[in-house]
Amino acid sequence: MNKKVSQNIAFFIFKFFGVLVIGILFSIIGFIGYNGIQVISWEFLTEFPKEGMTSGGIFPAIVGTFYLVVGSLIFAFPLGVMSAIYTTEYAGKGWIVRIIRIMTNNLASIPSIVFGLFGMALFVNKLNFGDSILAGSLTLGLLVLPLIIRTSEEALLAVPQSYREGSLALGATKLQTIRRIVLPAAFGNIITGLILSIGRVSGETAPILFTVAAYFLPKLPSGIFDQAMALPYHLYVLATSGTDLEASRPMAYGTALVLILIVLIMNLIASFFRKKL
Amino acid sequence: MIEAKNIDFYYGNFQALKNISMKIEPKTVTAFIGPSGCGKSTFLRIFNRMNDLIKDTQMEGECLINGQNIYDKSINIDNLRKDVGMVFQKPNPFPKSIFENVAYGLRVNNMGDKSFIGQRVEESLKDAALWDEVKDKLNKSAYELSGGQQQRLCIARALAVKPSIILMDEPASALDPISTSKIEELIHNLKNQYTIVIVTHNMQQAARVSDNTGFFMLGELIEYSNTKKMFLNPEKETTQNYITGRFG
Repeated sequence: MNKKVSQNIAFFIFKFFGVLVIGILFSIIGFIGYNGIQVISWEFLTEFPKEGMTSGGIFPAIVGTFYLVVGSLIFAFPLGVMSAIYTTEYAGKGWIVRIIRIMTNNLASIPSIVFGLFGMALFVNKLNFGDSILAGSLTLGLLVLPLIIRTSEEALLAVPQSYREGSLALGATKLQTIRRIVLPAAFGNIITGLILSIGRVSGETAPILFTVAAYFLPKLPSGIFDQAMALPYHLYVLATSGTDLEASRPMAYGTALVLILIVLIMNLIASFFRKKL
Repeated sequence: MIEAKNIDFYYGNFQALKNISMKIEPKTVTAFIGPSGCGKSTFLRIFNRMNDLIKDTQMEGECLINGQNIYDKSINIDNLRKDVGMVFQKPNPFPKSIFENVAYGLRVNNMGDKSFIGQRVEESLKDAALWDEVKDKLNKSAYELSGGQQQRLCIARALAVKPSIILMDEPASALDPISTSKIEELIHNLKNQYTIVIVTHNMQQAARVSDNTGFFMLGELIEYSNTKKMFLNPEKETTQNYITGRFG
């Protein structure tokens, strides 16, 4: 076989699988988009579920997801950024840091249901928070902590060493150097990590299953010790345990579309930030 | 006045400086020359303790600046670095505005109020021969400047905190000939007010800008004398061979 033919065959194979993968992704999104768009309306976004979740809206689930995102990141973002500052700026390159890195990576690949179970044992039962926004937020926070640590570490490591040297050579302390030079320079990439975590947190079901999520609530949560509805769990409920599964199916597609759109928008904002810097 | 006494320096097991002693007079320009890896930059970084930032290094001996051993435990390193400024090989302005780059040292050292800072920034940029080129765009990013301008900005940044000594680590090696001659002219003008120590690869540059020259090789100070004498009539044969370009 001559070179040109083998080259063409190779390109064809790459192209075929490339198109196949993109095709599968688009058909999933297209399927959900097509089915979901038909129920999405202003009422769908702003009303409570009605008639055994076969009509009405998903407003409390949107609100609940919003609370969980905010709650988990209030907890995980500062903690994650600070530990990234410790490992990149202070801890050097010794074995302690290596162990911390390995642990962080391991933590990132633990199945999310395990976090859910841990959150239930610690926050719900041991600390007695009960099924609550607080317990759910903390559990989700633990889940995204490794993601935030890793993206923040990469952001900090990408700041040229020459900035640090320049600052120290002017008599700035290490802390001043980090606060005034390193963090501002890494800011864009750290925010990218934050936004990716928002996407992750809003889509997770397993960690909230035993810690916060409610099947149905007639009113919005009024404090951090209240239960809340959330989009991914609401989708699960609509798909598996409604009063009339056939009738609530369109509502499930609508919920899925809203969830996908939230994640998509977050990822777009993240890539916008990344491109800008 | 800088006085180094019997300095040994190690990167891990590798000895980069071998028993170096040297006196540098105030308000002079001293050049360090020598082949790559000879220890001249390492020796320069002894004076502001930049070597402290590198892990697994060890220093022996004493380095006195104005009579004070800067490796003494009582020394505040931040104050030392404020007094001993540094300009690096590659221009390294901060990702901030031109104004903020120069003001940075004043801000972190809590030197003066707003009007004082504005005044010092202007003075420093004038001293660094950059003012006329940037006065209308002080709020623009430092990265809009050319490489040569960036390096003069870094010099202005170092001047702003009023150091007594300025260390320059091959300050022109990344620059074109015109920018280089501007930097050399600048060094010449700054000599009246500052003690300048410059590491350079370029022997003509050493001959042009410096009063005294130290020639380093393999971690040793081979010869240290008046620049004219060193270039016209060196004492050691190795020096002769190096400056006439027989190796390097």
